[in-house]
Amino acid sequence: MDTFKQWPSLQAIADAVNNGNETAESQVITALKRIKDLNGVYNAVLQTIEARSMKRAKDIDALVASGKSAGKLAGVPFLAKDNYLTFDSETTAASNMLKGFKAPYQSTVIELLEAEGAICVGKANMDAFAHGGSTENSDFGVTKNPYDITRVPGGSSGGSAAAVALNMVPFALGSDTGGSIRQPASYCGIVGLKPTYGLVSRSGVVAMASSTDCMGPMTTNVADAALVLDIMAGGGDPLDSTTIDREAGSYTEENKSLNSIKIGVVKEWFDEGLDSAVRSRIEAAIEVYKNAGAEIVPVSLPTLPTALAIYYIVVPAELSSNLSRHDGQRYPSSADSAEDLHESYTKSRSQGFGAEAKRRIIIGTHVLSSGYYDAYYKKAQTVRTKLINEFDDAFTRIDALIGPVAPTTAFKIGGFSNPLEMYLQDMYSVGASLAGLPAISIPCGEVDGMPVGLQIITDQKQDKKLLQLASVYEDIK
Amino acid sequence: MAQTITLDEVRRLAELSRLELTDAEAIKYQKELCDVLDYFAILDGVSTEGLKPTNQVTGLKNVVRKDIVTKQIAQANDLLALAPDSQDNYVKVKRMI
Repeated sequence: MDTFKQWPSLQAIADAVNNGNETAESQVITALKRIKDLNGVYNAVLQTIEARSMKRAKDIDALVASGKSAGKLAGVPFLAKDNYLTFDSETTAASNMLKGFKAPYQSTVIELLEAEGAICVGKANMDAFAHGGSTENSDFGVTKNPYDITRVPGGSSGGSAAAVALNMVPFALGSDTGGSIRQPASYCGIVGLKPTYGLVSRSGVVAMASSTDCMGPMTTNVADAALVLDIMAGGGDPLDSTTIDREAGSYTEENKSLNSIKIGVVKEWFDEGLDSAVRSRIEAAIEVYKNAGAEIVPVSLPTLPTALAIYYIVVPAELSSNLSRHDGQRYPSSADSAEDLHESYTKSRSQGFGAEAKRRIIIGTHVLSSGYYDAYYKKAQTVRTKLINEFDDAFTRIDALIGPVAPTTAFKIGGFSNPLEMYLQDMYSVGASLAGLPAISIPCGEVDGMPVGLQIITDQKQDKKLLQLASVYEDIK
Repeated sequence: MAQTITLDEVRRLAELSRLELTDAEAIKYQKELCDVLDYFAILDGVSTEGLKPTNQVTGLKNVVRKDIVTKQIAQANDLLALAPDSQDNYVKVKRMI
């Protein structure tokens, strides 16, 4: 890693811009230069949005010069994972299926951040359609891990994670369906937050699995994640009818006390799948909480080992439905020649979708098809209920669950040739997704120079408590 | 629950999901799908007596609003402009038969 001076905190950047001590323009120029200098090697960014971000920066500077505040994130540059719809740019979700698609509207999250003065300077690389845990499934090349360019940054929000770790921008947006914010955060040594399902609007983000998709911030520290969440959690979006009310007060409220806090160590996550060196970093982190005054409680969730099977039935089913809109008729990407509509559908989709998308569509179609629906999809959704009940029960006795994010640190590019082996890397992250629980990955050390992430999970709508607990560890370690 | 899937079934799934697979692709996906379905067998032994399926985790029901435009984030023209081919106010597609 090089020695670029880190970005100040988001609060510090916004204060400096609102005070006129720094210009928004200089923040954008710094970010764009940083991206230009590093992206050739790391491929974290698919495209920059120069004209619009410079214009917005100038507008913000003019607003400040006229004596007004430009918002809580005034002049702060950020990257959006390329599944967020943004103006004046392509939104491809890193897939050829959406090549040439210029969104006519922006995602609600982008609108909310812009209203507070933040500036989207570009789109981050990802696994195409968010299908993957390594960013190797991007149709536009893999992103390299900032700690070791022969290794993956994780996925599917790999570009966002790498960009933040490389200090290209002080924060980036990711999405998490089964671990896609948390795992790359773990592999790249940054903070990644998956909020409670429904807390942040999904409107204007390319859908993967509608019952688990969560939008969230990726930052270098917990306070920044809390500030971004405070703005992203809009408190109900009429454009997304699955949004829920938010907790009262601000997500930036601090509470450093661990008095009467009970933290549950999930027995099922400390299995033979967990790398022993990673395990010892996690155990050391748990000791930190114990020494700081939290009560550590062993917890067992017997249905948790089935979470991965539930996930890889339910999620392909949902995504196969969500991807049916990519038919070669509604978006620019379409087969050049076709005899009839049927051929236009099949050729467009076959040319546009990559192997992993096709694989998951086929799995999803199978588990939903007549004769198999009950045995697979309905069964999985029912075992999901059992899992949720076990989480609910655990949370009547404890404040948070703690454990690893992933079984290992970042693996080598090309390290897995077998899809099922890749899917198994999600084993510790899918549980929280299926239950809609908020979960965070925070850096807790390294193994052979590669970062390890600690996962903390709280009950639904306890995102404030989650951030506070994460912040305690960050202060002490 | 059958854990294996035949090449014919894979081709049928491809047709249902409007995908065109090469022979090599069909064979590859067949093998991978068999592995994945084998893995799903872990659910066979789980008792779900008295439980209902979960479709969504928010507990929200019947979220409705009045059918009036309050927030318009894009115009019909904008969306039409994205289609590879259009005519008047319609997306134009190839003939079906």
